[in-house]
Amino acid sequence: MENRLRILRAERNWSQQDLAERLEVSRQSVNAIETGKYDPSLPLAFRIAELFTMPIEEIFVSPSRRSSAAI
Amino acid sequence: MLGTPAWKRYNWRVIWLSLLYAAFLLPAVYGFKHALIPGGFRYVVAVLPALPIIGIFAALGRYLVEEQDEYVRMLMVRQILWASGVTLSFATVWGFLDNFGLVDHADGYWLIMIWYIGLGIGGMVNKLTLGASGC
Repeated sequence: MENRLRILRAERNWSQQDLAERLEVSRQSVNAIETGKYDPSLPLAFRIAELFTMPIEEIFVSPSRRSSAAI
Repeated sequence: MLGTPAWKRYNWRVIWLSLLYAAFLLPAVYGFKHALIPGGFRYVVAVLPALPIIGIFAALGRYLVEEQDEYVRMLMVRQILWASGVTLSFATVWGFLDNFGLVDHADGYWLIMIWYIGLGIGGMVNKLTLGASGC
């Protein structure tokens, strides 16, 4: 799933490891989410949103909205 | 290698179970070789080394329950699916070859070895497709 995680992380000068520690997941997990190889569960998506104090939809791009935007 | 807390606990369980396996197997081999084990007790002694192996499977299941990192857990689930698929496929092919008399009968416990090879294959597939091999 497309997302803005890398941008949000870069804005705060956090490494993937920094973000991983804040989320209590592995660096591999952060990398997989950032690159769109893995879609986080809803609880993890909420943890990410709460960490950045943003709504989920401002971090993760809805696949349905993305496809309608492409049309 | 990630070494999550759950993975470390799994590794410790496997180490202890492996020691238990050796503790059961070596006396059993010696006892059978020198015909020291009486009657029905032979079944008990023969099955004892299998119990720690079953324990290792249970430890893997326990690991999946305890793993807090959902991505790492998914990687392991994918590996387990590959291991099971490889093992079942191998057993099916070998079964037909055996039925038609093209190969010899194989001991059942070889399937455990095949399963662990499948686990390794699953790790390689994870590495190739997701760039991550898990724990």
